[in-house]
Amino acid sequence: MTRLEIAGLSVGYRGRTVIDGLSLPAISGGGLVTLVGPNGAGKTSLLRALAGLVPAGGQVRLDAIALDRLSLRDRARHVAYMPQTLPQGVALSVLETVVAALLASPASVAVASEADAARLALAQLDAIGALDLAGRRLDELSGGQRQLASLAQALVRGPRVLLLDEPTSALDLRHQHEVMDVARDYARRTGAIVIAVLHDLQAAARISDRVVVLDRGAVAADGAAIDALTPELLARVWKVRGRIERCSHGTLQVMVDGIVG
Amino acid sequence: MRASIDPDHPLLAAHRRTARRRDAIVAALALACVAALVLDVVTGPASLGVRTVIDGLVRPGSLDPTAHAIIWQIRLPQALVAMLVGAALSLAGAEMQTVLNNPLSDPFTLGVSSAASFGASLAIVLGISIPFVPFDAMTPINAFVLAFAAVLVIQALARAQGGGAQTLVLFGIALVFAFNALTALVQFIASPEALQQLVFWTMGSLSRASWGAVGLLGAVLVAVVPFALLSARQLTALRLGEDRAASTGVDVRRLRFVSLFRVSLLSATAVACVGVVGFVGLVGPHIARLLLGEDHRRFLPGSMLVGALLMSLAASAAKLIVPGASLPVGIVTALIGVPVFLALMMRSGARA
Repeated sequence: MTRLEIAGLSVGYRGRTVIDGLSLPAISGGGLVTLVGPNGAGKTSLLRALAGLVPAGGQVRLDAIALDRLSLRDRARHVAYMPQTLPQGVALSVLETVVAALLASPASVAVASEADAARLALAQLDAIGALDLAGRRLDELSGGQRQLASLAQALVRGPRVLLLDEPTSALDLRHQHEVMDVARDYARRTGAIVIAVLHDLQAAARISDRVVVLDRGAVAADGAAIDALTPELLARVWKVRGRIERCSHGTLQVMVDGIVG
Repeated sequence: MRASIDPDHPLLAAHRRTARRRDAIVAALALACVAALVLDVVTGPASLGVRTVIDGLVRPGSLDPTAHAIIWQIRLPQALVAMLVGAALSLAGAEMQTVLNNPLSDPFTLGVSSAASFGASLAIVLGISIPFVPFDAMTPINAFVLAFAAVLVIQALARAQGGGAQTLVLFGIALVFAFNALTALVQFIASPEALQQLVFWTMGSLSRASWGAVGLLGAVLVAVVPFALLSARQLTALRLGEDRAASTGVDVRRLRFVSLFRVSLLSATAVACVGVVGFVGLVGPHIARLLLGEDHRRFLPGSMLVGALLMSLAASAAKLIVPGASLPVGIVTALIGVPVFLALMMRSGARA
């Protein structure tokens, strides 16, 4: 089983420390980990540090590999980072978009030829149920379809660690579920580690195998949603009065009754 | 693990058809360039028949000395310089639009051409250049140094600001004003002979095009284009966002720096040969994008061909608009380019 270990991770921008010496019990593959917390808690900074997109101190190990010592190019063999959105106004088809991820840095992914890349890309779109989008232009897609295209692009390299930065924040309810289900299925099917920053606690409670709550750059709670999310935590971290209850179907519900103070 | 896809899957076949159609468009553009080149050589104030000109190109010996000089020493080098300048500026514009993530970028709109022009004016009027540069090379090297400096400033501003398309263009306009003012200052103190030379720089013109310029432009393109094409896949990935590209293993900083180095070289050489020619670098890539999409393996060569074609047609038009006189080609490209620039500005404004 793939394991990701984070020890003493620090991130700062222009002299301001965002995360100071963060450590987590090892994250194992096969499940979905969500990172939640109020604005400015350091969720995205942590994710970007894991992706190698911002300079960070401390150790990040993937099994026997010290990720923090790898170049961006070598890291790309193992880790894929998916930003919030695809840019607007790009004249590429969905298939070309996914192929671009395979061809950008051929050394880090095994692709024999261009035809091979197109086939792999199409198979990836098929695997997430987005085959019909292949020939469409990015500009013609709805928000949910764009996010599926984006996800296919991140998945096509077969990363062992998939990092999703607020993948659902611009989506309607159905597409939120669709995108997160695809991400969780990928983890379950391949044994990969999937870490997603989410704003929506309700969604995090519903779908996570493990929730990591960040507050002011430190871990405020960590564990299964039922254990990690408590009324005390809601009050302390989000400054809201709330309850966590299991509904008749067995899923967790986070209910907010008001704000504290 | 993954569902396997049949190599004959209809969606793959459609993908291949699109690729073939785009290859055909690139080939058609190349043919159109040859046709435009012939048209450019045929047109001109000296009334030589079409037949004479074409015979003269195939068998130079058949021409009388005057016609020979007109075709081989004036029209042909001018036509070739027009094409090569168009290709260079349009490639520069295409790369700038991608690495600065800004559809309004080109060497002219962001002040790179003005900077190169100022560099050239320093060499021509004041003989100021970096040390140990031979006198003949001062003008192009000055143009390059200033162009590269301008590009670095633009990049730094883009990074510090992180703002939208318009912000970057406003910085570009500020650079245009600044360098035009500095060039005007140099003009003010220039001797009459140097002034005459300077006017040529500020108003893009093919009238001084020579075989030397053809050689210089050709050499720079031969040196630069292979590297641009080698970066094409990374540039395509960069179109999908900086973080995403980095996460697929692209060293974005290095890619951007090297690409802007190429942009400086291309813009400075173009300015050194014909002065400031506006908007070709803006319009060329936009047409190429409409025709070919943004897979840079086709988009970059396509941009060069469209730029070459536009510039060649503009050069012919410059000779035809006022009978018996040839206008500076920069005037023609500006007349075509300004409305396109405005349309793009309004469209990206609506999106922002």
